[in-house]
Amino acid sequence: MNTSPLNPASRRHFIQSLIGLGATALATNSLCAGVKIGDSLPDLSTLGLEGSLPDIRGKVVHLDFWASWCVPCKQSFPILNALHKSYASKSYMLIGICMDEKKAEMDRFLKRNPVSFPILRDAQEKLANQLTPPSMPTSYFVAPDGRLHSVHPKFEGDTTRRAYIAIIEDLLKSVKI
Amino acid sequence: MKNVIPFRKTVLVVVVALFGVGCQSVEPWQRRTLSDITMRSDRDPAGQGLSEHMWFSREVASGGRGIGGGGCGCN
Repeated sequence: MNTSPLNPASRRHFIQSLIGLGATALATNSLCAGVKIGDSLPDLSTLGLEGSLPDIRGKVVHLDFWASWCVPCKQSFPILNALHKSYASKSYMLIGICMDEKKAEMDRFLKRNPVSFPILRDAQEKLANQLTPPSMPTSYFVAPDGRLHSVHPKFEGDTTRRAYIAIIEDLLKSVKI
Repeated sequence: MKNVIPFRKTVLVVVVALFGVGCQSVEPWQRRTLSDITMRSDRDPAGQGLSEHMWFSREVASGGRGIGGGGCGCN
């Protein structure tokens, strides 16, 4: 006696559908996996970032994701500015990646919190979708060879400042002069 | 009598499941609206205290506000 609630044809269709569903889920996950440590940084010039992209070839690159509505981002700005001033002459390039939806909000914020490092706005969220920062702010450090060295989420005052300095000093050792 | 699930119902279940896979989460960089003060449950401590007092007077019960509020999820 067949106790199964599905006839063989329906069961086959059901199993095929489940396999299709699983494949779709896997494909979605693999697309959203993002750039991992050791991977090459995506070519920033192809991501439609608003602003003037500086030359980052052969430099230690520090990408800081921020937004005007993010309070810790605002707290991090004086420290980031000081880092930029201290290391700018040593092949270190800090770039702020603004995630504000509206440019006017970014401009208003920068008027109140001026910085000397370059700011790019990821209006299309292409870079964010590739790097998938886990929180705001998040800092990404890229080695001179263009590979992602480390990710530092959140901003916790002096602890974060010391962590940034340790990473930058470590990476600057590998810069070819 | 055989209890058979027809093919159409199976397709319907799969389509609903596919729509479920399409659910999106709000990414950390998209939380501007959530960071607004109006999204916070603790935005008006005085008003909340008054509300709690009235609630307790009428219902002889208090609390139950331990639900998650808004916020940008920063840090």
